[in-house]
Amino acid sequence: MMKRLLPLLLAFACFSATAQYTTLLPGRAAPDFNLKNTDGKNVSFKDYVKAKGFIVVFTCNTCPYAKAYEQRIMHLHKKYAPAGFPVIAINPNDPEVSTADTYEKMQALAKAKGYAFPYLFDEGQLTANAYGAKATPHTFLVMREAEGNMIRYTGAIDNDTENADPAQTKYLEDAIASLLKKEAPPVAVTKAIGCTVKRKKS
Amino acid sequence: MRLLLCAVLMMGLYFPGKSQPKNYLVKIDALNKRIANGGDTVYIVNFWATWCGPCVEELVHFEKLNKDYSADKLKVILVNVDFRSKLQKTVIPFVKKRKLRSEVFLLDEKNQQEYIDNIDPAWSGAIPATLMVKGKQRKFFEEEFDYKKLLSQYLNIKK
Repeated sequence: MMKRLLPLLLAFACFSATAQYTTLLPGRAAPDFNLKNTDGKNVSFKDYVKAKGFIVVFTCNTCPYAKAYEQRIMHLHKKYAPAGFPVIAINPNDPEVSTADTYEKMQALAKAKGYAFPYLFDEGQLTANAYGAKATPHTFLVMREAEGNMIRYTGAIDNDTENADPAQTKYLEDAIASLLKKEAPPVAVTKAIGCTVKRKKS
Repeated sequence: MRLLLCAVLMMGLYFPGKSQPKNYLVKIDALNKRIANGGDTVYIVNFWATWCGPCVEELVHFEKLNKDYSADKLKVILVNVDFRSKLQKTVIPFVKKRKLRSEVFLLDEKNQQEYIDNIDPAWSGAIPATLMVKGKQRKFFEEEFDYKKLLSQYLNIKK
C-alpha cells in the first residue's frame, strides 16, 4: 500500500511546491495574518480597532520597483491612515533566496526610513501564498465590512512606476476615494508590476 | 579631407551591424508595427532587465540562437525594461560589457498597464518574458528559457 502511495505523494509534493498561487480578486475575503513586525511585535487586522480598512502591500527591501514605490507607500500611509486606511507592508520574499530581504535588513530599512506603518516578515511565505501575491509591490485594498474583511481592489498603486508622468492614474487612491463614498472602485483589478515574489526553492 | 570622409564612410560599410543602434529607445507601437510588417521573418522579442537575475542568465541563449541561425530570417530583439533613467549609466554599459550582438532597445513607455496588454493580454508583467512572431503566428511565454527549449520553440515557429 505504502509503496504505491509513495510515488503519488512525491508527485503531489513536487507539484504543490511549484504550483502557481492564484491572486485573490475583489469580492474575496482578505485572509487575516499574525506576523512579526520589525519592532518584534506581531501585527494582525484585529489590532486595528478603528480602521475602516487596510492598504496591504507586499513589498521588499531589494526590488527596484519596490524601491521606486517606497516614498509613495510612505505617503499613502500618511494620507490615508487618518482617513481609516492604514498601510500594512509585508515582505513576502524568502530570505535565503533573496539574501538582502532578511528580518534584520528589514529592521534596518524600516528604521532608516522611519516607516510609520508595520513592515512584517512573512515567515514561510504563508500570507503571500494565501493572497496569491505575485510581485513586489503588489497591493490589496481591504474594506472592513459587516461580513468581514473584504478585498475591494488589487494590483498596482498607479500606472507609472518611475513617477514621471503628471497625468498618471492613481488606481489605489481612486479606489480608496470610492470606498470612502461607499461606491465601487472604478477599476478594481490591475496588474501588479514589479519583481516576482522570491519563493523558497524546493 | 574628402578622402578621409570616404574612408570613414567605407569603414561604416565594411563593418555593418557591428555597432548597436544609436537610438536605444523604442515605443511599443513601433515595435508591434515592425513585427507586423515582418513577413516571413521570425521575430524573437525577449523582455529583460539588468536587475533581473533569471533574465540576465538567459540572455546568452538568445545571443547563441541569433549567432547560430544568423543565416535564417530571424531577428532577435532584446527589449530592456529598466527604468528610462538607467539607460546611460546602467543599461548601455551592461550591453557593452556583455558584448551583446542582438538588437537592444529600452522600452520607452510610461504606462505599464497599457504596454503589457499590447504585447499580450495574458502577460502578468513579470520578466523574463518572450514573444515569438512569424506572420500571423504569435506565441507568448512568461517563463525562463534554456537553450534547448528556446531552440525547439524557434524551430517550431520557423516551420
